[in-house]
Amino acid sequence: MSYFQLTQFKSRGLEPIDLTIEAGECVTLSGPSGCGKSLLLRAIADLDPHEGEASIGPNKQSLTAAPEWRRQAGLLSAESHWWADRVVDHMPEVNQELLTALGFIEATIQWEISRLSSGERQRLALVRLLLGKPKLLLLDEPTANLDQMSVGRVEALIVDYLKENHAAALWVSHDPQQRRRIGDRCLRIESGLLVTESWN
Amino acid sequence: MELISLSPWDLSIAALLVIALAAISWRMHLGIERRLLIAASRSVIQLTLIGLVLKSLFAQSNPLLIGALAIFMLSVAGYEVMARQERRFSGIWGIGIGTFSMFISSFSITLLALNVVVNVEPWYTPQYLIPLLGMMLGNTMSGMAIALDNLTQAAWQQRGAIEARLMLGHTWNQAIGELRRRALRAGLIPIINAMAAAGVVSLPGMMTGQILAGSPPLEAAKYQLMILLLITVGTGLGAIAAVSLGSHRLFDHRQRLRLDRLRQPAR
Repeated sequence: MSYFQLTQFKSRGLEPIDLTIEAGECVTLSGPSGCGKSLLLRAIADLDPHEGEASIGPNKQSLTAAPEWRRQAGLLSAESHWWADRVVDHMPEVNQELLTALGFIEATIQWEISRLSSGERQRLALVRLLLGKPKLLLLDEPTANLDQMSVGRVEALIVDYLKENHAAALWVSHDPQQRRRIGDRCLRIESGLLVTESWN
Repeated sequence: MELISLSPWDLSIAALLVIALAAISWRMHLGIERRLLIAASRSVIQLTLIGLVLKSLFAQSNPLLIGALAIFMLSVAGYEVMARQERRFSGIWGIGIGTFSMFISSFSITLLALNVVVNVEPWYTPQYLIPLLGMMLGNTMSGMAIALDNLTQAAWQQRGAIEARLMLGHTWNQAIGELRRRALRAGLIPIINAMAAAGVVSLPGMMTGQILAGSPPLEAAKYQLMILLLITVGTGLGAIAAVSLGSHRLFDHRQRLRLDRLRQPAR
């Protein structure tokens, strides 16, 4: 049985999708703005109404309680949102190793959210997500606001995470070079259909 | 002291003052003269009508008619709660949440007051039931409208933060909990302030009325106290019911934030 599976999965603006991703595999997703990439990730995380079935291992989306499903299918949205004042208030635990891997220091955990740059927020949102140990990563442009060094760190961290935890990833990226670097497979949305990306 | 009856001439002096205020508003380009005059006319017509209705109701004491008036008052209050929402729930929920919450809070508290506290015989004696219910509804209405409005506005503005928590596997209850607490606090603060200021800053309306009608001040104070305490409980329970129902309605069975269940503001 494959690890992550979509069966006749119908998200807004897209034709029904059948897709499987193996454990440890990183699949990239691209396509013009507004083609429904983010909506597809939201539907997989069960944040929007949709049709069809998704499953992670033996767990079917429709039979799993919504909070449990979202812990397993961890979505990193393009823009991170925070609900409390300090970084530490958003973390279930302090994992210095993870923070260091993304270039943060020990004091970071006490920083105020309002003083973070957008790049810092984006990296800390990734830390926050990975602490929940999701089995599927739904990444919506996780490196969009980052400098070159941070991009490298994030890519390395996610690739390691997938290997160590036998997790799968569906990674939305606008950068063709990045897609070639990290993608085991590259998919593209073209006029509502999910197709394999062709490299000319 | 006898009640001094007001003549139409006395009232028209007060009405002329309102018209003068409208003229000032027009002169100063405040833009509220139209609304001011419409609202003033409404209160003249509505209060005259209710005076006439109550006059015949008190004469008959027919439980069916009293019940019909009570339900009419409840529906108007429910409509007012809905009308004060910038982003109200669509469909039956828009009017339903407020009306139902007011029904379970105001009605039950009024019945309790009539049966246990005041001990009127029979309990539906309109001289007691209608003014008590009116005061309960009128006051709980504002608290609930503020609380509900606060909840839906906050959910709209902070949808990103709510969904960020859902994405991390928090339950809907955790995701909306803080907004719900804030909405309830906002709804209850006016009545808490009213209790704190009662008698020091202002003499509440009911007490003023009783004193003008010739009641001993201490009796008037006791009645006012009872009403104030009951209104507070009614507002609290009503706001809790409305905010609980409202926050429930903001999420569906899969615990998704469903802001599409709110209507867009009119403007």
